Amino acid sequence: MSDALLVATRKGLFRIRRGHDGWTIEHADFLGDNVTLKYANQRDGRHYAALDHGHFGVKLHRSNGAGWEEIAAPVYPPKPEGIEDNDMWGNPLAWTTARIWALRTGGPEEPGVLWCGTLPGGLFRSTDHGDSWTMIRSLWDHPKRKQWMGGGADGAGIHSIIVDPRDSRCVWIAVSTGGIWFTDDAGATWAQRGEGMRAEHVPPEFTHDPIAQDVHCLTQCEAAPERMWVQHHNGIFVSSDAGRTFTESTGVQPSAFGFPVVVHPRDPDTAWFVPGIKDEKRIPPGGRLVVTRTRDGGESFETLTHGLPQSHAYDVVYRHALAIDDTGERLAFGSTTGGLWVSEDAGDNWSIVTHTLPPVHAVRFV
Amino acid sequence: MAKVTFTQNIQRHVTCRDTEAAGRSVREVLDNLFAGNPRARSYVLDDQAALRKHMAIYIDGELLRDRVQLSDPVTDTGDIYVFQALSGG
Repeated sequence: MSDALLVATRKGLFRIRRGHDGWTIEHADFLGDNVTLKYANQRDGRHYAALDHGHFGVKLHRSNGAGWEEIAAPVYPPKPEGIEDNDMWGNPLAWTTARIWALRTGGPEEPGVLWCGTLPGGLFRSTDHGDSWTMIRSLWDHPKRKQWMGGGADGAGIHSIIVDPRDSRCVWIAVSTGGIWFTDDAGATWAQRGEGMRAEHVPPEFTHDPIAQDVHCLTQCEAAPERMWVQHHNGIFVSSDAGRTFTESTGVQPSAFGFPVVVHPRDPDTAWFVPGIKDEKRIPPGGRLVVTRTRDGGESFETLTHGLPQSHAYDVVYRHALAIDDTGERLAFGSTTGGLWVSEDAGDNWSIVTHTLPPVHAVRFV
Repeated sequence: MAKVTFTQNIQRHVTCRDTEAAGRSVREVLDNLFAGNPRARSYVLDDQAALRKHMAIYIDGELLRDRVQLSDPVTDTGDIYVFQALSGG
């Protein structure tokens, strides 16, 4: 059970700790800077923070518990002269790291391995804890990569990376927009996954095309790796065959739109979501901030409200901003309007930690 | 050698002392300068070695024209200012 949270925000990285008086802010790092992602390697205690300095670019920092050091950020290879590689508006695609959007350690037998997903769609791998990076050219040079498109951002981005706990050579990534991609040889070759998902924002002939899917978040049950959950632009999808096929959960109230999903570490049928009104609005339905939970594999959903604001709440929760601890009992989420809530009973009841944080990008138990 | 001055705002993230560096173009001057301060390079130039989108360089009071190749000429007594571009209020 975890008693500490790290919260990456638009204006710094905050450590939250559970004490006698509940959950309180204990410390802030990078105060004033845009910390877009936080990741911890639970096996070796290394922490990673991605920063976007705007004018000065995207940077990556690492800590082993004794202060932060800037390490190498992924760098795109030189773009060959004359190559046609344009964004969805026909403008030349900038081969430069615009955002570090996903970090994931390799398997237990690969202690230095770290995967990194970025905007505008490059996947990178490090074998030395982030001291250096190699772009996975097999994916970047895949002819279908040029069919990826921007979702919420101008360009496509890799926001979810999953390493199979049974075989570290098996890795899934999810792209907004570009669907789910899978390798079973540590990135040498890639295949599209994700049959059964449905996109409403494309012409009918592409509705069920796996590459057209706007996956907002992909997650896997640690104890049952065949079970995967997707929060998609058009709804909630569940897979029981490691992402080969998905089934849509229908009738999800108050909305099936959202960004994050977390799954219970041992119960593959239990997952949590934070719904919103999709497309242009992106606010909680009816101004009520709720969490939805399924305990039966997506057949039905409960709407969890205890402790959450139920009027005039306009909090949106991004894909990395909902977290679950290793017991499956503690959850936490942070919002675009600086709210941070914690539950210690699997979402039945929530308590607010603070509503005055900067906009929250990511929340993780440590 | 050209004199190169950096915005104070970059100093919060990486040390970039005002200095002199040789070169007949902005590219040559910056290459020579960053050879001795490699970490600063990625704060000014992007992955393709073009000037970052929201950065600005002035050469003797003139805004850099070639933001991709940085081919603008520099004289031996040139003054180069590396600033961030500000916009809005």
